[in-house]
Amino acid sequence: MPSTYVNPRYAAPPPPASGREEAAVVIAGGGLVGLTAALDLARRGVRSVLLYEDDTVSHGSRAICFAKRTLEIYGRLGLGAKFLAKGVTWNTGRVYHQDREAYAFDLLPEEGHAYPAFVNLQQYYAEEWLVEACAATGLVDLRWKHRITGVAPRADGATLTVETAQGRYALDAQWVLAADGARSTIREAMALPFLGQVFRDRFLIADVVMHAPFPAERRFWFDPPFHPGQSVLLHKQPDDVWRIDFQLGWDADPEAEKDPARVEARVRQMLGPDMPFSLEWVSVYTFRCRRIETFRHGRVFFLGDSAHQVSPFGARGGNGGVQDADNLCWKLAAVLEGRAPDALLDSYDAERIPAADENIMNSTRSTDFITPKNDAARAYRDAVMDLSASYAFARPLVNSGRLSRPALLRDSPLSSPDAGAWDGGLPAGAPAADAPVIDAAGRAGWLLERIGADGGFTLLADTAQVEAPGIATLRLAPDALQDHSGLAAARYGMRPGDAVLLRPDQHIAARFRAGTATQAAIAAAHRRALGLAA
Amino acid sequence: MTLHTAPRIPDPDAFYEALMEAHRALPAEESRRLDARLVLLLANQIGDQAVLMAAIAAARAAADRP
Repeated sequence: MPSTYVNPRYAAPPPPASGREEAAVVIAGGGLVGLTAALDLARRGVRSVLLYEDDTVSHGSRAICFAKRTLEIYGRLGLGAKFLAKGVTWNTGRVYHQDREAYAFDLLPEEGHAYPAFVNLQQYYAEEWLVEACAATGLVDLRWKHRITGVAPRADGATLTVETAQGRYALDAQWVLAADGARSTIREAMALPFLGQVFRDRFLIADVVMHAPFPAERRFWFDPPFHPGQSVLLHKQPDDVWRIDFQLGWDADPEAEKDPARVEARVRQMLGPDMPFSLEWVSVYTFRCRRIETFRHGRVFFLGDSAHQVSPFGARGGNGGVQDADNLCWKLAAVLEGRAPDALLDSYDAERIPAADENIMNSTRSTDFITPKNDAARAYRDAVMDLSASYAFARPLVNSGRLSRPALLRDSPLSSPDAGAWDGGLPAGAPAADAPVIDAAGRAGWLLERIGADGGFTLLADTAQVEAPGIATLRLAPDALQDHSGLAAARYGMRPGDAVLLRPDQHIAARFRAGTATQAAIAAAHRRALGLAA
Repeated sequence: MTLHTAPRIPDPDAFYEALMEAHRALPAEESRRLDARLVLLLANQIGDQAVLMAAIAAARAAADRP
């Protein structure tokens, strides 16, 4: 069916002749999250072996909505410009009830960010670029068609049993990153149960190719005339591909609903008789909102769907997984290089479990609105829609998905208390805000390009007097990097003499009011952020 | 603000009558939806998260009494 994309096929390497091999870091899974982790580690000079049962990228467009924070992560990894060039940028969402607009939102109402609220892009493009970038580093051993069939965890690693077409081998890994998806073999082998909810509803994805006049915005309909009693979601993708997501209800027959004639009839109802279109990809899905209890199990870490799953409303699945990789990889690199103790890796749980819970909470709330569980829930949902026609107060209650935002790592053990009184700006644990800057040579750029790109910590300050050994000071001043719009100072809440310590994953570790940013104080915050006793 | 549980409605009988009148002749499903609209309007009028949470808790607890 696909007419706009041909999946590449990657060569499957032979298994090691000896039948046994060792590796420091093994990544299970060559999807979006596994590939992102491999590239992040490689950018930090860490080699990995990546095992994947398939020999290609995503079948179908799947996770199409890449959120601002994810784009910033891909910016740090050197792929951001590709997303902007190929993807469809959007900031606005519009929600309809029956035949009228009920609610609209603008996700990025302020200027001065390198990346928009969202870029829509088929997952296969993102994965293809990640594969190319991983290969170019020379540090990722990509093993297509190498399928993990068993795992035996040890205190100092895990032994994986790997099947290939030419035979089986044992891979002794010191560290394992399990990014092997919702049906994770590693999770199942380790008997780690998922805790959470299953929703009794089915949805149909129809990707269609058409030259449609709709703008690049997220459109969501409750009970539209063309699909009464259910909801519909529309997203624009590159290559004139449009994602249409039809709610079907629990009683729908998933096989019958995939019949192209039936799908075409549904799309025709929506588009009217005159719009030519062709089907690109069809999928019927259900979903769960759940996670495993902890994401670290000794030397085995779970990332993305193997650790947590959400409903698609809010685009929190793929984005959450990429942010897992962003969180874990700098820590693992620091431990492997001997700069940080093993305890730093415990903070992956401390930071990413609350983040997963936030995603699960938001996606569960959206799902409760879109798929009412009982008569009372339906009455309230319909009441909100009734009121939203006339009364502004009801519009924020309309919940068609609360779109992915990065978690503020509020109670992170890596964060230091504020030094001095801060009444605004970004608190410790927040992802670093972007801002336009002009460098000493007069070139315009972005603040986030300067943070974490070298793999280390960054100290943001306006004076050369603020510094600490082993930390790069990024000086925002008229004779250094110019914050010409004042947006950097405003977003961080910085006044002259203040300083902010940023982690390699572009999160705030500590902030210091003028006069408190002594070398000792900065060093203590740095040690704490590396999991060393402060 | 805290949840008021002492009488505050100036003419309770007239309020109750208006409420009954609004529901008169409505099928159960529409009645339920009318109540939901009313709850949402009143909740916004209150506009205080703590009071709303206390009201939900009080409404649940009232059913538990013998």
